[in-house]
Amino acid sequence: MVPAASGPRRVSVVGVIGELLITGGVLVFLFLGWQLWLNDLVVGAGQNSAGVTLSHNLRGSAPLHAPATAPPTTKISFGDPVVAVAPGDAIQFAVMYVPRFGSDYARPISEGVGTTKVLNKNGIGHYPGTQMPGAVGNFAVAAHRTTYGAPFKPLATLQIGDKIYVQTKDGYFTYDFRGLEYVKPTGVGVLEPVPEFPGVPATDRVLTMTSCNPMFSAQERIIAYAVLESWQPTSAGAPAAISATVAAKG
Amino acid sequence: MYGALWRVLPGPVWVRVLLMIALFLVILTVLVLFVFPWLNTFVNVNDVTVGT
Repeated sequence: MVPAASGPRRVSVVGVIGELLITGGVLVFLFLGWQLWLNDLVVGAGQNSAGVTLSHNLRGSAPLHAPATAPPTTKISFGDPVVAVAPGDAIQFAVMYVPRFGSDYARPISEGVGTTKVLNKNGIGHYPGTQMPGAVGNFAVAAHRTTYGAPFKPLATLQIGDKIYVQTKDGYFTYDFRGLEYVKPTGVGVLEPVPEFPGVPATDRVLTMTSCNPMFSAQERIIAYAVLESWQPTSAGAPAAISATVAAKG
Repeated sequence: MYGALWRVLPGPVWVRVLLMIALFLVILTVLVLFVFPWLNTFVNVNDVTVGT
């Protein structure tokens, strides 16, 4: 038996410093785990359920599927899209569906691109002053590619012809993905009515999505372009490709 | 440091282990709810907009 030391055991300075350093290292890993995984999951799930709820509110009592009056092979045209007026800052006004990002992907789009009010909380933000969904010109949005739910994490996986659906209170807008571009953070030309061509009068209805590039960096921006392919009013029901997501319970 | 904490805690070994775990969980909760969100505002990996 070793005799117990008399009096309080001495705490060595080196020992305390060592334990503090180990503690600091553990804290760094805890923070990374929280930032890159836990917070991402929690915020992302919150955005998805907010998108589903918003989708129900936008649809109201309109039917999910179009009444079967026309043969499904017939392409119905609904004329020019109904374009909404931009709402106030941080107000959610639309839902984005991207089947390529997952069958349950439904993220709300809010007015404004403020970091704390929109991007870190609601997800996707609409650049104020750019056009609204369905309008001739440029409907430009921004969202995180890493952290805070990362709505645009798989942005670079989009392929030619992928559909991006935007639902407003007026209807469903189907955009056709065209291509990616990489610009400096000052590349505001991507927000022009005709992207990268200031002053040129717009004829197309473009969707522009911006995010950070490379991932985990603020050095550049990744830009995804899509062009409006078709639209259908809320009363005509949701496009078949997203009707299951639109019908999801919040 | 942790040795001193271990000696300060009362009770038999299993009580001390439970207390240590509880203490860790309390600290973790405070970190996740308050410290990490605050710290994250200084981490600039999140610029996603274009602008001048």
